[in-house]
Amino acid sequence: MTRIQLHVDGVRYDDDVEPRTLLVQHLRDRIGKVGTVVGCDTSNCGACTVLLDGVSVKSCSMLAVQADGKAVTTIEGLAEPGGALHPVQRAFHERHALQCGFCTPGMIMAAVSLLADNPDPTDTEVREGLEGNLCRCTGYQNIVRAVRDAATAMRDAAGAPDAEAPSEVPAQAAPEQREVTV
Amino acid sequence: MIPVPFDYQRPSTVDEAVRALSEAGEDGKVLAGGQSLIPMLRLRLSTPGALIDLGGITQLRGIRQDGDDLLIGAMTPHADVLASPLVRRYVPLLARATATVADRQVRHLGTIGGSLAHADPAGDLPAVAVALDATMRIVGPEGRRDVPAADFFVDYLTTALGPADVLVGVRFPAHEGWGSHYEKFQRMAQAWALVGVAAAVRRENGTIVEARVALTNMGPVPVRARAVELALTGAPATADAVGSAAGSAGEGTRPTSDLTASAAYRSHLATVLTGRAVSAAAGIG
Amino acid sequence: MTVTAPRPAPEVGSARRRKEDARLITGQTMWTENITLPGMLHLAILRSPLAHARITHLDTSPALREPNVVAAFSGRDVADTQGGLPCAWPVTEDLVMPVHPPLAVDEVRHTGEAVAVVVARDRASAVDALAAIEVDYEPLPVVLDMEVALAEGSPLVHTDQTTNKAYTWVFDSAQAGTGGAVDEAAAGAEVVIRRRYRQQRLIPAFMEPRSVVVDASADQLTLWSATQIPHVLRFLLAVVTGTPEHRIRVIAPDVGGGFGGKLQMTAEEMIAVLAARRVGRPVKYTETRSESLMSAHHGRDVIQDLELSARRDGTVLGLRVRLTANLGAYLGLVGPGVPLLGAFMYNAIYKFPAYRFECQGVFTNTTLTDAYRGAGRPEATYAIERIMDELAVEVGLDPLEVRRRNWITHEEFPFTTVCGLTYDSGDYEAATQKARDLFDYDGLRREQERRRASGDPVQLGIGISTYTEMCGLAPSRVLGSLRYGAGGWESASIRVLPTGKIEVVTGSSPHGQGHETAWSQIVADQLGVAFEDVEVLHGDTRSAYKGMDTYGSRSLAVGGFALVNACKKVVDKAKPVAAHLLECDVSDVEFSGGAFRVRGTPDGGKSLADCALAVFAAHDLPDGVEPTLDADDVYDPVNFSFPHGTHLCAVEVDTQTGRVSIRSYVAVDDVGRVVNPMIVEGQVHGGVAQGVAQALFEEAVYDADGNLLTGTFVDYTPPSAADLPDIVSDRTETPAPDHPLGTKGIGEAGTIASTPAVVNAVVDALRPYGVDDVPMPCTPERVWQAIQNGGGRS
Repeated sequence: MTRIQLHVDGVRYDDDVEPRTLLVQHLRDRIGKVGTVVGCDTSNCGACTVLLDGVSVKSCSMLAVQADGKAVTTIEGLAEPGGALHPVQRAFHERHALQCGFCTPGMIMAAVSLLADNPDPTDTEVREGLEGNLCRCTGYQNIVRAVRDAATAMRDAAGAPDAEAPSEVPAQAAPEQREVTV
Repeated sequence: MIPVPFDYQRPSTVDEAVRALSEAGEDGKVLAGGQSLIPMLRLRLSTPGALIDLGGITQLRGIRQDGDDLLIGAMTPHADVLASPLVRRYVPLLARATATVADRQVRHLGTIGGSLAHADPAGDLPAVAVALDATMRIVGPEGRRDVPAADFFVDYLTTALGPADVLVGVRFPAHEGWGSHYEKFQRMAQAWALVGVAAAVRRENGTIVEARVALTNMGPVPVRARAVELALTGAPATADAVGSAAGSAGEGTRPTSDLTASAAYRSHLATVLTGRAVSAAAGIG
Repeated sequence: MTVTAPRPAPEVGSARRRKEDARLITGQTMWTENITLPGMLHLAILRSPLAHARITHLDTSPALREPNVVAAFSGRDVADTQGGLPCAWPVTEDLVMPVHPPLAVDEVRHTGEAVAVVVARDRASAVDALAAIEVDYEPLPVVLDMEVALAEGSPLVHTDQTTNKAYTWVFDSAQAGTGGAVDEAAAGAEVVIRRRYRQQRLIPAFMEPRSVVVDASADQLTLWSATQIPHVLRFLLAVVTGTPEHRIRVIAPDVGGGFGGKLQMTAEEMIAVLAARRVGRPVKYTETRSESLMSAHHGRDVIQDLELSARRDGTVLGLRVRLTANLGAYLGLVGPGVPLLGAFMYNAIYKFPAYRFECQGVFTNTTLTDAYRGAGRPEATYAIERIMDELAVEVGLDPLEVRRRNWITHEEFPFTTVCGLTYDSGDYEAATQKARDLFDYDGLRREQERRRASGDPVQLGIGISTYTEMCGLAPSRVLGSLRYGAGGWESASIRVLPTGKIEVVTGSSPHGQGHETAWSQIVADQLGVAFEDVEVLHGDTRSAYKGMDTYGSRSLAVGGFALVNACKKVVDKAKPVAAHLLECDVSDVEFSGGAFRVRGTPDGGKSLADCALAVFAAHDLPDGVEPTLDADDVYDPVNFSFPHGTHLCAVEVDTQTGRVSIRSYVAVDDVGRVVNPMIVEGQVHGGVAQGVAQALFEEAVYDADGNLLTGTFVDYTPPSAADLPDIVSDRTETPAPDHPLGTKGIGEAGTIASTPAVVNAVVDALRPYGVDDVPMPCTPERVWQAIQNGGGRS
């Protein structure tokens, strides 16, 4: 057993875990965050996507111990505490971007991460940005519409001008600022 | 599925990692980003007794200039490589190839060192390392050594890394001012490359004066397309010249036939894609 | 002067946002895998690594020594009690029906077949302990190829049978008296086209893996399952296990997609029941994706040999279809009947004078096949739409023109086809014209000519699919005549609560379609209540005890009919109450816009809520009035419904690599009147995506030993957003004349229509290269190979 500490959706959890425990199992079975689901065993479907320190990862392809000390945001922590939906959640509802809804938690989290990096994606950028998430119901068309609507809503809310946003550059600190000694 | 139980260590220095690997022996396995390894653990295709997680060694993550070279820490995630202005400026071929690796989530966790050490013949980065004559920096029980990329990839999923060796970084010679392109052909957006071609060329006026070309998935290890490079060197930067040079892309390759493609089709693709990769790198419309 | 009260805008026809979404977008969904019961244990299943073998030794006792293991057992331990998994569609009297044990007893017949079970405190322990089970196999000869399996001297899948052929089923229009004889048609034909098409094996690949929780305590059997068919399952559990039906409760909580793939009574469900009974505690089993791909039923996998006879002017004289269907190692719940669902659709929208369909079902050492989105109809539509293109080439006509010369015109409805079906309504001309305009058919044809002339390495192809489908499954009498084991009715119940809120109970169990929203819209209009005041209950046999569930684009076509009838009964029951409240005669009461009024008196009406409160109190009801407004209806359709449409697809084919890119796709569907256009469009998008996936991307592949090579999503490849195009979706609207809402059905249309549209486009692009077919999926390599084999550019 290995002692780990995670902040999940704003709450601190200290647990002893078996090292082989996947992050998604830890979230579901120990912490009770069953909103995040498992759809495959090869990291193809993306249904298990969560944010780890703000960036999207597949929680089925990561050990819980690897997440020690980090902050995890799941679909359950996305809406504001008062209940107001995140703009991506709202847009998925408005645009009918889900049918059975099984892929939806991962799809929404992947979209949130995509929009953090690229606040004004084209249709093609949305499609390529979500290539790691499979949906069997919607044919993706309404998902693309929803993500673009959410982008507009988020830019409007931020009061930002519709300027060309740099794509591909994560919101994190530039890697050059890190020390690398090898 | 659930991996079989294993011992887990998260050293904070390279020396500790090497020591842990030495103690684990054949049963030990390095965990980098885990994006290839963890699915294999889940399917129980890999059942190591001990995992040595390099995630705690902070100095292995980052990118810096080192003389004329760019030094990239092995634990640098693909997303960091993509975001790096240094990489874009000095090793744009690496940026182009990295952009095609898997998907965004995988690029957030997966690392350059993990991809190279895994040495999947369908992986995109080994061909880039071979094309650009990158150097692998390895630390093992005997200390530190540098291995040229051409010698690093030994066979299918096999590298020059010994059981207690840790790949700590990759040194890429700067190719500022070179044109470059990675032409990846896959069945689906998510799929591995059926064939990939990494190409970098330096033009002077209308002539290709230097060319570096390597192929992904045309054998158990990346293949440097020397015959193509030779034909390109000194050739005019024209579609005809490139097309003619690309005709020898198959030389020295050993493509396999599998569920995703036959060897004959791979060989055909190698020629077509080499032409496209070099043309794009050389700025030929 | 008459004053009419303002009538709220009708709900039916509006793009209401879905009620279901609230829980799905916030992670508060009740998937079966999320259910945890006190004392619950976990199952893991040991599966056969061999496609055909005798089990010579099997000892589960070592697993009992592993930590946390509560029980372990094999097929032999339960051989006398486990029963067999049912086939509900014995299509012929002499159908070969081998026993299908949930756990293999002496022999395994496909890779992935369950052979033993471990029950443990947690999932990891159960999985770990599987390795301790001792099992030895003696390999037996494997047969995978349908035609090999049918040949004399083939190894047998079921060694206790004498053949691998399960059945032969024939429809002949001359024998049925619905048309002429195909042989005569062929003899008199100027053109005879013969083609063989192969519908590759597909995997439904619903996103939510199958999961089941069983609580067998206290003489009750409660089963939660990710299933499409909770009601059918309850009945089957009673029959198979002998448990009294009234002690069985089946719940399909939120279900993450099905596409036919969860239209099954599964081995895993039965194993979970056996395990729960054995250990006396609740158990849960959730499959992994690799288990799912290997052992959940597959779809398609048929060979079609076609012979189309025609005149030189393109008029079809007859069609003969010889179909061979790979059933897999066992019979699925409706598997043998899937080809029959297609049998009546090969004539599609056309007036064929003669038709004959012969089908053989074959056993092989593969996972069983059964319904997958469209079930039989995509296969039929593909075959006819592909060969109509071949006819067009043969007689030198535009493929749209060949279709026009054969299709049923809108004045000819209702039209009885060569199969004896009566198509209720349709307007193929209108849908085709609309699609043609949206697509810019003529402009694309001109571009195609330019590219052909210039020898462009990227060629343009145009594909057409003018389809119809038979949905709204199904009139029970028809099902009976086809030897199906159940009826095709559907039920609806309306409960009017004392405050006027409405509970609707539907027997059609959804798994992503949006029933809660659409049913609320219908009830809101019928009863004049607010959309928000309707709650739709489904998927739990305790609250919704009667139903036939969701498949075959039937929910609205059949269940919607029942729902409207039930609403009408509520109104009829409320009328005497309202009359009493209004102090008038019942015959003077009118109901409109949610209010009961005295005829000719626009003001002072009583609402349904007033009546509901009155019957709740029941202090002052007329004599003989039952104090409830609740009403039920069970509706058995008199006919199928026949949506149709025209899909047009333009592809670009890179002739150097073989890569196919869809450049534009237009879908014009006529599904009758529409309850919620947003949901309909979503069904079209998703349906087209699955049809495109068959055309270009997906195939389940076995190696020579019967190992599934496409055992994970790395190799079985549903497309991602980056692999699919935007489609242009529009509608024409020809109401279903016999349905109170005029609706037809939309669940499968996109899948049925799109596959031939895409492949026709690919082949069309390559005609100058001597190509007249590319096997599905049209991967880059297959397209490139077809070009190599085509004999070069003409």
